Amino acid sequence: MSDSTKAGATPAVFESKSAAAIDKAKAAGRKALIAYLPAGYPNKQASIDAAIAVARNGADIIEIGIPYSDPVMDGAVIQAATVEALANGFHVTDVFDIVAAITAETDAAVMVMTYWNPVMRLGVDEFARRLAEAGGAGLITPDLIPDEAAEWFAASDKYGLDRVFLVAPSSTPERVDMTVRATRGFVYAVSIMGVTGARSSVSSAAESVVAAAHAAGAERACVGLGVSQAKHVREIAAYADGVIVGTALVAALRDGGVEAVGALAKELSSGFDAPADAEATL
Amino acid sequence: MVDPATAFLQGGIAAGSVPEHSLRHAPGPYFGSYGGRWMPESLIAALDELEETFEKAKLDPDFLAEIAELNKNYSGRPSLLTEAKRFSEHAGGARIFLKREDLNHTGSHKINNVLGQALLAKRMGKTRIIAETGAGQHGVASATAAALLGLECVVYMGAEDCRRQALNVARMQLLGATVVPVTNGSQTLKDAINDALRDWVANVENTHYVLGTVSGAHPFPAMVRFFHEVIGQEARGQILDQVGHLPDAVCACIGGGSNAIGLFHGFLDDASVKMYGFEAGGDGVDTGRHAATITLGRPGVLHGARSYLMQDEDGQTIESHSISAGLDYPGVGPEHSYLHDIGRVNYEPITDTEAMDAFKLLCRTEGIIPAIESSHALAGALKVGHRLVVDAEKPEDVVIIVNLSGRGDKDVETAADWFGMLDEDGHVKGTTLSTRNAKGHAHGAGAVSTDSNTKDASHE
Repeated sequence: MSDSTKAGATPAVFESKSAAAIDKAKAAGRKALIAYLPAGYPNKQASIDAAIAVARNGADIIEIGIPYSDPVMDGAVIQAATVEALANGFHVTDVFDIVAAITAETDAAVMVMTYWNPVMRLGVDEFARRLAEAGGAGLITPDLIPDEAAEWFAASDKYGLDRVFLVAPSSTPERVDMTVRATRGFVYAVSIMGVTGARSSVSSAAESVVAAAHAAGAERACVGLGVSQAKHVREIAAYADGVIVGTALVAALRDGGVEAVGALAKELSSGFDAPADAEATL
Repeated sequence: MVDPATAFLQGGIAAGSVPEHSLRHAPGPYFGSYGGRWMPESLIAALDELEETFEKAKLDPDFLAEIAELNKNYSGRPSLLTEAKRFSEHAGGARIFLKREDLNHTGSHKINNVLGQALLAKRMGKTRIIAETGAGQHGVASATAAALLGLECVVYMGAEDCRRQALNVARMQLLGATVVPVTNGSQTLKDAINDALRDWVANVENTHYVLGTVSGAHPFPAMVRFFHEVIGQEARGQILDQVGHLPDAVCACIGGGSNAIGLFHGFLDDASVKMYGFEAGGDGVDTGRHAATITLGRPGVLHGARSYLMQDEDGQTIESHSISAGLDYPGVGPEHSYLHDIGRVNYEPITDTEAMDAFKLLCRTEGIIPAIESSHALAGALKVGHRLVVDAEKPEDVVIIVNLSGRGDKDVETAADWFGMLDEDGHVKGTTLSTRNAKGHAHGAGAVSTDSNTKDASHE
């Protein structure tokens, strides 16, 4: 692979696309909005259109999820969407077309969120090569911990991809340290002990998780799980570098199509605009 | 023969000083390239806590004595080793011995593991256990251990399996457990595991997940094996006692593979003992409707471990099919994958029809109604017997141990349907005895309809 030799055998020096997106938001005086949508839901083209709509309405990073048969970290809404995507004929390699189509139309960094077996099945190196070729920023891996990620370290270095691992409220300081060191792009701070799904409030654990990640040296830590409203975005923006929204967007896409998901992205991103006295108006 | 408490203690103590190159004492987390922890970070702390608690407990004489006492005076161990003389006539004359895990309290080997894990849960200060179940045997065993030790118990069971195993749903409820029918995916064991994992992530603070087989993330494969090692240890002593030498072969059925690993463990370091694991061949391995994971799968990760896996070209898990709910799982324990790759154990598929023929044969020749899961091992043993007697001086020189992992009471309805004993209304012909989940026709009965009365069977 001639691409990799350019970077040399030492850890590749390249710009992390997701870090750049977060830093760009910071330079603009706000935090990054990271929007999750399942690939192929409700079909391939609509998932592309939905991602472009959220990118044009304030999302700095798009997180495209690969529908998987056994999504143990997902709640009912995302499960239902990914089951439908699979029933509608989604294939794993479609994700590369989807990533390429989004990157062609928007400035957003495009990450892929995937359970690990589909990557293993295609081949970790092959998957990384094709993701990089499609213009993807990297992978978010909910069931891959750094302890098992040797192959992914090699491939992500070789192709210049970000590797986003999760830290949880239950993570020990040792594991937070180790995970922060393994991560490139941003650390995904899991706000709650649970699966994906909209919740009325964001757990107070989130702030501690972000603080632990920052203390361990993470330059960027973003909060996900249970975030569904602009007021959550505002709360989290006070201490984190980015806010990840999934279920609420999927529900909007399900109920109101591309237009609705774009509108929700706009509303969520308004959480960053609120002036300091916005609290009083809540 | 060594008494069960001593046998168990010996097993525990032996684990503290692992001989080199011993297959019996593979500690995990890896078995060759299999095993590991392919799990969400949220659960790693709980897995670490469990590993630490287990590693301490297995060297703690008090803990081992506690298990040995429960095994002896609650489960009824040691389980018998019964020579199946009339059944053996159908195995080319090889002598077949049955390791009678069906005689344990709750009717299967599953009790060995749940007692151990429930005791560990208490040591960790957890007040609630959750479990997945396929045939219902592990769920019943978990509900039993929870009742015995005063723990709350929630069991996840595929809605399809609730229908197939309505009797076990009722048993769990009688024991005070909450049964949650799982309607995701194929509504069978793998989907029950997914929902149990989702519960665990959310409730890990007070909850221990009592995984029912030798799969999952470390330490589950090594830990569940440890609690089942008593099967092989007893069987080894019993066969030496009864025939004076080691068996030529040992046979067990494989879903996730816990009863098999327990039996195999007693003989893994005895090179002369051939080992056979029989997977569910369903309608036949060429039909696509089976659960022959090692025979036809390829390595991947599912439910926390790298192992053989039934998956499509996209890495999506393929739904498995078997008449036996307990074998209806598209994965397999990582240690089995390793034992397959190194050639120590032979894994072969047994079709629904072969299993049901063996089921009937054991009923008629020995007066024992086996679980349909165990019937796969019986069918395999008949084949192995015919093969091994070819090279024997006398057929009766060939000695085979089969793990009779469970009793067939739970399968009476399925079997009655299979053998055409039911009328169109699902009643046993000539009676008004209702088999509520019967479909009123015989054969091809492995195929199940989805119009179930799951709700009636397993409401909470």
